[in-house]
Amino acid sequence: MSEKFRLNKGGLINRNKKISFKFNGKKYFGYEGDTLASALIANGVHLVGRSFKYHRPRGFFGAGVDEPYAIVQMNRNNEVDPNVRATEQELFEGLEAKSVNCWPNVDFDIGAINNFLGKFFPAGFYYKTFMWPKSFWYKVYEPIIRKAAGFGAASIKHDKEKYEHKYEYCDLLITGSGPSGLASAYAAAKNGAKIILAEDKSRFGGSLLTSEVTIGNQSGQEWAEKIISELKSMSNVVIKNRSQVFGYYDHNMLVMSERISDHLPKSEKYIPKQRLWYIRAKEVIISSGSIERPLVFGNNDTPGVMLSSAAKEYLKIYGVIVGKKPLVFTNNDSGYETAIEFKKNGIDPIVLDTRKDPNSEIIKEAKDLNINIKTSYVVVTAKGYKKVNSADIAKISDDKKNISNIENIKCDCICVSGFWTPTIHLASQSGNKTKFNEEIDAFIPSQSKQKETTLGSANGTFTLEETLKTSFDKGNELSKQITNKENKVSVPTVVEKKSSNHDKFWCVPLPKGKNYKRFLDFQNDVAVSDIQLALREGYRSIEHVKRYTTLGMATDQGRTSNLNGLQLVSDIENKVVPQVGHTTFRPPYSPVTIGAIVGREIGKHSKPTRKSPMHFWHEKNNAVFVDAGVWLRPRYYKQGNENLFEASKREAKNVRQNVGVCDVTTLGKIDIKGPDAAELLNRVYTNAWLKLPVGKARYGVMLREDGIVMDDGTTTRISENHYHMTTTTAQAANVLSHLEYYLQLVWPELNVNVVSSTEQWAGAAIAGPKSRDVLQKLFPDLDVSNEGLPFMGYMEGNLFGVNAKIFRISFSGELAYEVNVESDNGNFMWEKIIEIGNEFNIQPYGTEALSTLRIEMGHVAGSELDGRTIPYDNSLEGLVSKKKDFIGKRSLSKTAYIAPDRQKIVGVVPLDKKTSIPEGSYIVKDAKAKLPNPKLGHVSASCWSVEYDNPFSLAIIKDGKNMIGQKLFALSPLKNKTIPVEIVSSHYVDPKGERVRS
Amino acid sequence: MLHIKCPHCGLRSQNEFSYGGDAAVKRPELNKEVSDQDWDNFVYLRKSPAGKHLELWQHISGCRQWIKVERDTLTHEIFKTLKASEEA
Ligand SMILES: [Zn+2]
Repeated sequence: MSEKFRLNKGGLINRNKKISFKFNGKKYFGYEGDTLASALIANGVHLVGRSFKYHRPRGFFGAGVDEPYAIVQMNRNNEVDPNVRATEQELFEGLEAKSVNCWPNVDFDIGAINNFLGKFFPAGFYYKTFMWPKSFWYKVYEPIIRKAAGFGAASIKHDKEKYEHKYEYCDLLITGSGPSGLASAYAAAKNGAKIILAEDKSRFGGSLLTSEVTIGNQSGQEWAEKIISELKSMSNVVIKNRSQVFGYYDHNMLVMSERISDHLPKSEKYIPKQRLWYIRAKEVIISSGSIERPLVFGNNDTPGVMLSSAAKEYLKIYGVIVGKKPLVFTNNDSGYETAIEFKKNGIDPIVLDTRKDPNSEIIKEAKDLNINIKTSYVVVTAKGYKKVNSADIAKISDDKKNISNIENIKCDCICVSGFWTPTIHLASQSGNKTKFNEEIDAFIPSQSKQKETTLGSANGTFTLEETLKTSFDKGNELSKQITNKENKVSVPTVVEKKSSNHDKFWCVPLPKGKNYKRFLDFQNDVAVSDIQLALREGYRSIEHVKRYTTLGMATDQGRTSNLNGLQLVSDIENKVVPQVGHTTFRPPYSPVTIGAIVGREIGKHSKPTRKSPMHFWHEKNNAVFVDAGVWLRPRYYKQGNENLFEASKREAKNVRQNVGVCDVTTLGKIDIKGPDAAELLNRVYTNAWLKLPVGKARYGVMLREDGIVMDDGTTTRISENHYHMTTTTAQAANVLSHLEYYLQLVWPELNVNVVSSTEQWAGAAIAGPKSRDVLQKLFPDLDVSNEGLPFMGYMEGNLFGVNAKIFRISFSGELAYEVNVESDNGNFMWEKIIEIGNEFNIQPYGTEALSTLRIEMGHVAGSELDGRTIPYDNSLEGLVSKKKDFIGKRSLSKTAYIAPDRQKIVGVVPLDKKTSIPEGSYIVKDAKAKLPNPKLGHVSASCWSVEYDNPFSLAIIKDGKNMIGQKLFALSPLKNKTIPVEIVSSHYVDPKGERVRS
Repeated sequence: MLHIKCPHCGLRSQNEFSYGGDAAVKRPELNKEVSDQDWDNFVYLRKSPAGKHLELWQHISGCRQWIKVERDTLTHEIFKTLKASEEA
């Protein structure tokens, strides 16, 4: 298919490289340097999608990030990319894209019936229409809306593309490479400042690429090229194209997304698709330019109606004409520039100027070219459904209230210009208090909160001469303060045509008896009538009007709609725009791929994985692992066809009968040293620590200041001023911070040092009646008898040449020891234990058996110390000293904590001795009571008791100590179970604790 | 993301720190009588000023020191940072 709308020459595309691509299954050709949009327009394709609400035909409105319509679904590298702007997507060989919002296809769209049922879709239609009946929402309304509305469809597959993050620091970040960006970057670079210059598009130069100006003795475009190549050669400058700075955060941190491979058929190996830059800049120059504002008239969303600046860009950059019979509708001189470009390329445009008697150098040039100009003229409505084919135009009265002489003229596109809106998003995000500038009818940045400066048209400066002058000055001034160097460059002379003032008129009145839809927000289908309705219904705040009508809430963030919306609200309310105020701009300025935000932190890289030194042994021995925080711990060691239940039962039973070994490396360990170490422990733990002898361990519980248990563990006195503290795996980091808090801030007079030693030690718990036999064989030279190494004793030993710490502590309720060696020797220790333990039938056990063993004996753990319980609740009152003060003690006398029916830990056994009680079940008195059934408490942990061969659970229930022996019910609405139970002591096995001391 | 000057390490990114609340809170002394009211105020009551606030941060991914940061809660401006031992 030939390109009917491509000029024979001109533009910045590479005409030597033809590219084929597919849109909606049909094959087309374009050139290297095209965007998908320019290539489609060159092929005469103007229908690219359907609108969000009414499913009206949609074409192209802009030529870049301002585009509200042309959103397509891309297939690239076998990955789906939804919601891509065709105006930003660069063409590559084999590109495939299709329309969104169309069902079944773009030419025949069933949703377009909404267009004719428009009265059902007024402002706030989501709030009104689908509210009743409630049951209809999920079954009827939502599926229909989802099918008929919404943009592209995301892939449900894992995205194979790679995304990266980068952190960067610079003196000056400059966002945009138009005249202000280039001039300020150049001046700052010459002063030696470290600069990052970011350009959203693939080409540098911004408006210089399309404007007819001379800088020095060069064209704007040539000058831009020269500056860029010089900047590129400087080592203190980083220049990035295809890079959008989309967010301005606190303390001058900005985030930029760099599209590295989106313009290529596929990402190269080791090259990411996109890279997210976190940039901390000493100063920021916002040179983001401005976006042309639409004029509002009937059916102004018809394909073929577009911004005049976009039409000019398609002509000058891509050599593409958007129509052969163009109508230019303008309230300022910019429209004439577009008309002149058409004329120069042999196409006769008609210019409708809303102004009565405009006069300027540009207008004179247009007149000299014999361009047909009609002043005091407006477009009343565009005609045509899938493409503009004519327009009703009319004379407008001097007061702009009345239209007359309506006539229909043929045209195939309408290029509109309603003056310019500075792009103030980044400045606004930075906290800049913007102000309304009457002269340009738009907001510009005013009072900075952070270190940012807005220059050029983003700041409302629309002449090139002034822009260059201020930008060279600012670039020099800001960088000089940072580098203390000045190497001033002279500002080149500028030749540009002078413009005349724009007309404040922007919305064409409806002719009598007509109710053409006049759109403000082209992406969210918000028309003038919607805003009028919202105001009639009582919405006043612009933030409410925005949410009710969805004006400016689409992915284009109202870039083309905001100001016209504000104008309309002000007009109806008889206010001026600054009184109405603009809505808040929030990041991102432009949509960012979620993959880029996530970066490399996906799948197993979403968090670090910690493995014990014995991990590979566990792997080799069929361990099934479980996540314990960021640690991977063996849950059980599978033998044959065993399941979790069978394996953990076998492992736990073997501990009770013979001996088991468990990897306890993950326990938090803190090394505590200093003359006041005992005093610190005495203040941190609830029990007494001052008299613990060297070579002894003690179990302790620590509280938060509010009396809630924070953690438990054993601490051992290694030598006079040296203690070894253990914490639970989960609380290790918090406990360290907690100790540091008190040592650094509350009791700095204590002479103690604490440091984490978790990773220095590998730990193995050897538990069971035969554990002493194993230990004796491991350390044949030591006296490990009950007298030599009593319960809670500690000694150091030599394990076949390796230094070891031996603690006689137990978490299982059995005779047990914990052996620690330096991490590097962990696997050696483990293999020795297994080898020597073999004759005593040693078996490794995982966390599931570990839980069973501790639950059976009523030893509390994380599920009881859940941030809601005090020591009494866990039957730990014996550990709470009455004599000394400690962290959180004062809270324990709170009324609620000493209430006679205070919750307490109990054991729970099902009456049938068969049914396991799901963790989290409620304990209730009456299973059939009316809902909500008052609950006494909840089941915190459940296991299958290997001692008694029946289910056993721990629960924390109200008045627990008086509930022992009562028959109650465990209720699990989640599992739909009601289980009659008996409340027993939480110490189900060995209540007197004889085994651990044996 | 804030940029916090650790008095021990220098200017570092917020993600190296963890927040520790109001730095003006003084823990009642050990072994001293404290009224219910005073104790509850210490445990639970915190000022939440819209403006200047002296707060604690810990440089957990750095020197692990607790530091004091005087910050405007409205603008995030940081006026000064102090070592734990220094008074504002
Ligand atoms: Zn530090």
